[in-house]
Amino acid sequence: MSAPLPAPSHTARTSGAAFILKKAAISALVALLLFSLMIGVRTEAGPEGNLIYWTRFGELASIVAIVFGGSIIIELLRQWIGPVGAERLVPAWLRNLMDFAGRWLAPAMLLFAFLVPVIFYDQRYILDLSILVLTYVMLGWGLNVVVGLAGLLDLGYVAFYAVGAYSYALLAQSGIPYPTFIAEAPFISVDFLQLGNWAFWVLLPVSGLLAALWGVLLGFPVLRLRGDYLAIVTLAFGEIIRLVLINWQSLTGGPNGVTGIPRPTFFGIPLTPADDGLAAKLGIEFSPTHRIVFLFYIILALALLTNWVTIRLRRLPIGRAWEALREDEVACRALGINITATKLTAFATGAMFGGFAGAFFATRQGFISPESFTFQESALVLAIVVLGGMGSQLGVVLAAVAMIGGFELFRGLDQYRMLVFGFAMVLLMIWRPRGLIGHRAPTVFLEKNQTISSDLVKEGHG
Amino acid sequence: MDYFAQQLINGLVLGSIYGLIAIGYTMVYGIVGMINFAHGDIFMIGGFIALITFLLLVSFGLTAVPVILLVVLLVSMAITALYGWTVERIAYRPLRHSFRLAPMLSAIGMSFVLSNFSQVAQGARVKPVPPIITGGYTLHEGASGFNVQLSNIQIIVVATTVVLLALFTWLVSRTRLGRDMRACEQDQTMAALLGVDVDRTISFTFVIGAALAAVAGMMYLLYYGLVDFFMGFVAGIKAFTAAVLGGIGSLPGAMLGGLLIGLIETFWSAYFSVEYKDVAAFSILIVVLIFLPTGLLGRPEVEKV
Amino acid sequence: MSEKILTVDRLSMRFGGIVAVNELSFAAERRRITALIGPNGAGKTTVFNCITGFYKPTSGAIRLTHDDGAAFALERLNDFRISKQAKVARTFQNIRLFPGMTALENLMVAQHNALMRASGLTFLGLIGAPSWREAEQRAIDLSTLWLKRVGLLERADEAAGNLPYGDQRRLEIARAMCTEPALLCLDEPAAGLNARESGALSELLLSIRGEHGTSILLIEHDMSVVMEISDHVVVMDYGVKIAEGTPQHVRDDPKVIAAYLGADEQEAITVMESGS
Repeated sequence: MSAPLPAPSHTARTSGAAFILKKAAISALVALLLFSLMIGVRTEAGPEGNLIYWTRFGELASIVAIVFGGSIIIELLRQWIGPVGAERLVPAWLRNLMDFAGRWLAPAMLLFAFLVPVIFYDQRYILDLSILVLTYVMLGWGLNVVVGLAGLLDLGYVAFYAVGAYSYALLAQSGIPYPTFIAEAPFISVDFLQLGNWAFWVLLPVSGLLAALWGVLLGFPVLRLRGDYLAIVTLAFGEIIRLVLINWQSLTGGPNGVTGIPRPTFFGIPLTPADDGLAAKLGIEFSPTHRIVFLFYIILALALLTNWVTIRLRRLPIGRAWEALREDEVACRALGINITATKLTAFATGAMFGGFAGAFFATRQGFISPESFTFQESALVLAIVVLGGMGSQLGVVLAAVAMIGGFELFRGLDQYRMLVFGFAMVLLMIWRPRGLIGHRAPTVFLEKNQTISSDLVKEGHG
Repeated sequence: MDYFAQQLINGLVLGSIYGLIAIGYTMVYGIVGMINFAHGDIFMIGGFIALITFLLLVSFGLTAVPVILLVVLLVSMAITALYGWTVERIAYRPLRHSFRLAPMLSAIGMSFVLSNFSQVAQGARVKPVPPIITGGYTLHEGASGFNVQLSNIQIIVVATTVVLLALFTWLVSRTRLGRDMRACEQDQTMAALLGVDVDRTISFTFVIGAALAAVAGMMYLLYYGLVDFFMGFVAGIKAFTAAVLGGIGSLPGAMLGGLLIGLIETFWSAYFSVEYKDVAAFSILIVVLIFLPTGLLGRPEVEKV
Repeated sequence: MSEKILTVDRLSMRFGGIVAVNELSFAAERRRITALIGPNGAGKTTVFNCITGFYKPTSGAIRLTHDDGAAFALERLNDFRISKQAKVARTFQNIRLFPGMTALENLMVAQHNALMRASGLTFLGLIGAPSWREAEQRAIDLSTLWLKRVGLLERADEAAGNLPYGDQRRLEIARAMCTEPALLCLDEPAAGLNARESGALSELLLSIRGEHGTSILLIEHDMSVVMEISDHVVVMDYGVKIAEGTPQHVRDDPKVIAAYLGADEQEAITVMESGS
């Protein structure tokens, strides 16, 4: 006596040319409405200060056509691949090959990194690019401690980068203040220790420590916030730092930034053509490439230090506490772990590495300004960490190479660069939100060291 | 005293604009639990659409100001709402059941897309617009020559805000759609089981938020006489601060928060320093989240263990 | 040395207008198993959360006394200190393991405080000092011991999130025991377990009480477990204590029966006296 079931018509409707065409037509119509004014009409401030415009119907038509065509392609792809995604596309033999390659990938990349200046000695462009990539790798590894290991959503990482850069720049110029007593005067005066050739080496740890201190100061009031709120507060902090850097002209030089930042010396011996320079001492001919190569090895060493410290810390109680914090904060509290201290140490450690990277950035460029420390930088580093697969060291390297390499392809098309970056972030989250490296390696094991799939690993709520 | 009164008026007008944007943030957070990072840029798009529509109407020879305003309002609301709908469909809906970080990063990506889209499409320079509405009233003639003035634009901004708020409150409390929205806010699964089309309700939430942001964009254009591709970022954070200050999830709270932020920003610029006014706004966000995380009108949440 | 390890004195917990717990007083004896039972919504987990520091009680006192006489006012301690200093461990109604970490790692995290001290706040650990390595080995040994006790040694290197439900429950108890607590609070440890598994759980809890001398306070709905292992039972309903005593005494108390049946006391007495 039951009523007849309605015929399952939904599945039948989701395939077939008519459906695809209808969907594409709707997409094209939406595109037309969206872009009719923004693309179809181009406004500009005219010569007399009024607003003029001209039409671009040609571009509008091509965009709508692209949307129409793209929509058809996407529908076809979706029906062909199926709802699961690209997993099934990879045949077993290829997957085994990738696993095998995966094990050797990290050592191979490390070896390659050491040899880059040797291989590409004459290609300044490649050397500069690799220094840039390594800088972002280091930033990624630093942020990884905060976001990947401890699960704290930090959208203001650029603040620590900036603190490191500006501390180095300003202290290198003015020297380190220290108190002295003058016999005549009854109060303490401050003298400035000039660092000369040792500026970079002395101030590198100082910048890191100052950045770590800022990490604690910024972290302390906000670390009991969760998830989205922590993210936006850290974003606000990052912006505040940038605005202060722009506006506090007497201290930071404002929008003009700081120039004349001293370059690193070979442990006291400057890399200049002068007689006391390294080239003269070694008896070889001076070349500006020397400094570039030296910078390369500095950033490589800094990055490797970050990596080594992170790996060691993961196996120590503090690192395990960070990961436990990410997995379940409530359980951590029940186990007697001081959540605030744990979060602060994660923040401070990440900040310290950011500070080191900042000091390096300042010395590499010789000049810094607030423009280098925008929210976009924070977002880029965060994207590198997430794309890499949170917590994975190798993943961060791959992601940094992909992102920075990708950015370089857009040289000359700067405006489109951020547009594509934004789309890439959206697509990444839809396709592979867990990042490239899909597993986590345990830090201690009795018998088998088997990796844990990312599906089980929590992403943290801050 | 006159200076103070003028700042009060200015602050309330600015606050109305922030409040309209804040409503979008608070509604979306209430129903899907995410901060829509792209919402500020929707506001910016609304400003641009209003600008272009206005330009076209004027060049077609239309001169009746009320007609122009009405057409610009409707067109920018409609198209910007479509932007909001599209963003939700493309970037958020596929991630609704994904983990926490994914919609946030997607939203950040979308924010970059929108701001750079308008930069690419319309050029990076600021777009000025001649004052469409001029004139006003002198409320009080001060002794030192400073007059307290209320311009027509200011009246229009506040009046439009009030009308829209009334419309919106009616929508949320009296209509079926509003009831569905409130149900989804409380318990999505249960609402779905009771026959509420959750997808459509969520889309509507984004659409309405975007429409209100479009109005804010148009008001901003009228009031300040310019738009630029970057205005969404800063305005977005301030409007989010307003939403949090008022109590996230509370609609009257969003408006209240908006007014307060507008007043604080105006008074700070007037009496302290203009350069640091954004720092003031961001600092308020931090202070509110530390000391009053549920905001002024919000409901305190007890953590379930 | 008093025989009461935990004394709850007129504990009240209010959420806005709702009174979840109302002037509750009871005590748990040292090295005994005390069960807290009652119908759903009686306020049992709220009491747990007050004892273990997740809620701040509106009023009342909770006093914990160690063997050596050290006393702690739990209503005033911050949450992690209750575990760290007062040595109160707990498990959760909805299991809270670290799913992305292996079973062994879960137990290592439990020994965080001891290991932090031994690693010299990380620095000794960074340089690989021998004292640190020994301490780490001791921690691994303790974890291994408990994995063996709960029968999970073969699965030590598997992700905790991959373990079957019963194993996860036992792992959570093992993890709590790795903090070497004086008082172990278990929130519905038998929930979702079949008869065989609950039997094994009862054995485990009895051995924890017997061999380790740990006092246990548990919330439970499974009456077979409660009857079998409890030394003392406290019954709650609507936030107040309605009965207290040995398991047998409480089982036959008409007030308790009435509470569970949703009937009133007179009806329960009538039913009992009529022998049906």
